[in-house]
Amino acid sequence: MEDVKRNEAYNRYIKEKIPKTKAWPTLFNSFWVGGLICVLGQGINDILLLIFPYLSQQSAWACTLIILIFLASFLTGIGVYDQIGKFAGGGSIVPITGFSNSITSPSVEFKSEGIIYGICVKMFTIAGPVIVFGVVSSMLVGLIYWIIGLFI
Amino acid sequence: MEIFLDYLWVFLIGGTVCAIGELLIITTNITSARILVTFVLVGVFLEAIDVFDYISDFAKAGINVPIVGFGASLAKGAIGAVKTHGFLGIFTGGLTATAGGIAAAIGFAFIFSLIFRSHTKN
Repeated sequence: MEDVKRNEAYNRYIKEKIPKTKAWPTLFNSFWVGGLICVLGQGINDILLLIFPYLSQQSAWACTLIILIFLASFLTGIGVYDQIGKFAGGGSIVPITGFSNSITSPSVEFKSEGIIYGICVKMFTIAGPVIVFGVVSSMLVGLIYWIIGLFI
Repeated sequence: MEIFLDYLWVFLIGGTVCAIGELLIITTNITSARILVTFVLVGVFLEAIDVFDYISDFAKAGINVPIVGFGASLAKGAIGAVKTHGFLGIFTGGLTATAGGIAAAIGFAFIFSLIFRSHTKN
């Protein structure tokens, strides 16, 4: 009984201490920053198709994503992307640039622990689960389509 | 004028997808890794039920640049490879389709982490 009371008091204390993010401004910021990143992607994609008209839409997307990943990785390296992240929250996490940031950020951060155990291991702290879930679920989808294909 | 409307759609849809992510963070306090995983799974699901292409037709970068597009191309690769290579495609399809993005992310991260130092400590 006493434990429950103490836990409640602790939870209340924690709730007071956790910095409250003001919901509406951050939502708005993540909306327009995320939107702008997508517009940037569309712009790169359109310019690529203008310069290389023989490119298929799929390879144009691949090139666009690689360029965005490069930009985000570079901005993370010079420390700008994390500033954007503080301001925009979800707007900087959800686009593919956030994926790139989640790989570069820890590998720069833990560089001091060496190339193998610092850079190479920490690189996947966030991207690891993303790739694992993505690959496993895509295998599942492939398996389902393969089984469906057996009967059609 | 038409191109302006296209970009407006991209902005609105891309922004909305990101705002949904932010809303998840605010309401449930989940970490960014879980946000990314959730959105990848949503993309895989949308592609699996064959809806993603219809969204992509009008949303363009608005849905392809968010990590949802990454999940969709994983699933699209797996489905396509199963159709052409059969059972082997289950294993080769997903990563083949997303190889460019993953290799770029790993490669650039490695190079830039060799070049730059951490900014948070100083």
